[in-house]
Amino acid sequence: MIESLHEEKLKYLEEMANRIRQDVIEMLLEAGSGHSAGPLGMADIFTILYFHVLNHDPKNPDWPERDRLLLSNGHICPVRYAAMAHAGYFPFEELKTLRKINSRLQGHPHRTTLPGVETTSGPLGSGLSQAIGMALAAKLDKKNYRVYCVTSDGEHDAGNTWEAAMFAGKRRLSNLTVIMDRNNIQIDGFTEDIMPLEPLKDKYEAFGWHVLEVDGHNMEEFVDAINEAHAIFEKPTVIIAHTIPGKGVSFMERDYLWHGKPPNKEEAKIALEELRTLGKRIESEHQ
Amino acid sequence: MLNPEAKLNPKLFDKDVEQKPTRDGYGDGLVIAGAEDPNVVVLCADLTESTRSHKFAEKFPERFFEIGVAEQNMAAIAAGLGISGKIPFVSSYATFSPGRNWEQIRTTISYNDSNVKIAGHHAGISVGPDGATHQAIEDIATMRVMANMKVFVPCDAIEAKKATAAAAKIWGPVYLRFAREKTPVFTTEETPYTPGKAQILWESQKPEVAIIGCGALLHNALVAARDLEKEGIGAIIANCHTVKPLDEAKILEVVKKCGAVVTIEEHQIMGGLGGAIAELLAKNLPAPMEFIGMQNVFGESGSPDELIEKYGMGVKDIKAAVKKVLSRKK
Repeated sequence: MIESLHEEKLKYLEEMANRIRQDVIEMLLEAGSGHSAGPLGMADIFTILYFHVLNHDPKNPDWPERDRLLLSNGHICPVRYAAMAHAGYFPFEELKTLRKINSRLQGHPHRTTLPGVETTSGPLGSGLSQAIGMALAAKLDKKNYRVYCVTSDGEHDAGNTWEAAMFAGKRRLSNLTVIMDRNNIQIDGFTEDIMPLEPLKDKYEAFGWHVLEVDGHNMEEFVDAINEAHAIFEKPTVIIAHTIPGKGVSFMERDYLWHGKPPNKEEAKIALEELRTLGKRIESEHQ
Repeated sequence: MLNPEAKLNPKLFDKDVEQKPTRDGYGDGLVIAGAEDPNVVVLCADLTESTRSHKFAEKFPERFFEIGVAEQNMAAIAAGLGISGKIPFVSSYATFSPGRNWEQIRTTISYNDSNVKIAGHHAGISVGPDGATHQAIEDIATMRVMANMKVFVPCDAIEAKKATAAAAKIWGPVYLRFAREKTPVFTTEETPYTPGKAQILWESQKPEVAIIGCGALLHNALVAARDLEKEGIGAIIANCHTVKPLDEAKILEVVKKCGAVVTIEEHQIMGGLGGAIAELLAKNLPAPMEFIGMQNVFGESGSPDELIEKYGMGVKDIKAAVKKVLSRKK
């Protein structure tokens, strides 16, 4: 059972998510390439995963009992890296090395170069399968760790995703929870224009899953959903998290053109100002 | 003459030499590996009997996973198992795995350094009547080109069993290649097998040509070498069962002795074993080469023997290639 969020913890998490959004902007500016919208949209969820939900030990990233968090849509890795740095997996200064030569922070995450990154990802559609492999291994070894897999909506275009969904349903992998970033955009446009995905809830249910839908920026709702996923013993659970791509930066929000590009210097300056103002608002709201 | 150290089947030139498909060796090897290590698991994509995975499934049902016709899913699930302490073997036809799931193998197994073994079955054109859709003739190339991947091509059922059991004990991604049809069992349980070490099967007193091959076609090479010896042409035959990492020292030693090379594989002549040897020799010891294999074409339906003959991989083709390469040497 994951504890519900008391006022003080909620404030801490919201401030952390805001800090992580600023880090994402700074990292992307420094890198000169990368994806903006997805990482900003998923900052709340990565914050709550790393700072409240996961059973993990940043100083011992290979701890066998740890929960596994897989990021299937590897391109949003800046948000994961930033959360990991704040959690203590590696020195904070290393964030500035994103996408640079000799860095452990590859443009898309690579398992063997950065401890704590559970698997290599980037090419879409195969993260869920790998999560299934880990969930099967946990069952074989009678281990209690849980496997969380973050997926994007866009990668539901890929056949591999549905092959995996079918298999997890068949095996009733209740130790597996998928968190789908339902932000409605992909590189070429809106998901429902590129390749209609709805009704996603019905599709997953038909494949034998327990389906929950949450506001991906409401941390309390997310904790409730995680607890419900833990309580379901006969099925895997997918939490469809409705998020706003580019969340927190007004000119990036909901604009698919920000899916795959970084801010320039001027854009980053405005974005950081907006986020800092938002940070002050979080502080005053919780007083 | 046959290399006595290889301890080959004394009946190998007989008409009634035992015949068995290399996939049988995979099935037996899986059972050995499964008994030796409880972490060995097997995945299959709706081809359980055909890939001989059923032997493992019957013995260790809790460690066998039926994935259905979903090779991409199979590879990536195996990747997750492999980075969680398991030793997964994924089993399908080579045209589908590593054919259809090449990118999952690249990203989630090889680059990810997951301890997965990929068993590609029904490789080569000797698959026969099923036709070209089911005859993998590119798999050695597509696996060999991948960093962090090893490539094993066993020559008969006994070597296939040894290769399978050995792969379970080697850390990291390994591609294993098997064939459908029965072929002569010309090695024995006593034949030494070390992954990464090419093995001399035949060595004449005065060898003029090195025949380097992998897989069941090596039996044709042995028959050809015996005929050539009668004609006064000496040869060395090396079983290069590990295409990657290549036993460079042994190959260079053999080529130095002979000065000409014929490579043999049931695979496209580009990018496979022949290609690997050509790369090595171009860099270290250029020598005339002829390549026995598929000559940039697809196969077709037919009986295995008819296909091997039609596509130029029979005994007479090997002898002709030897003579051609010798003429280039002079």
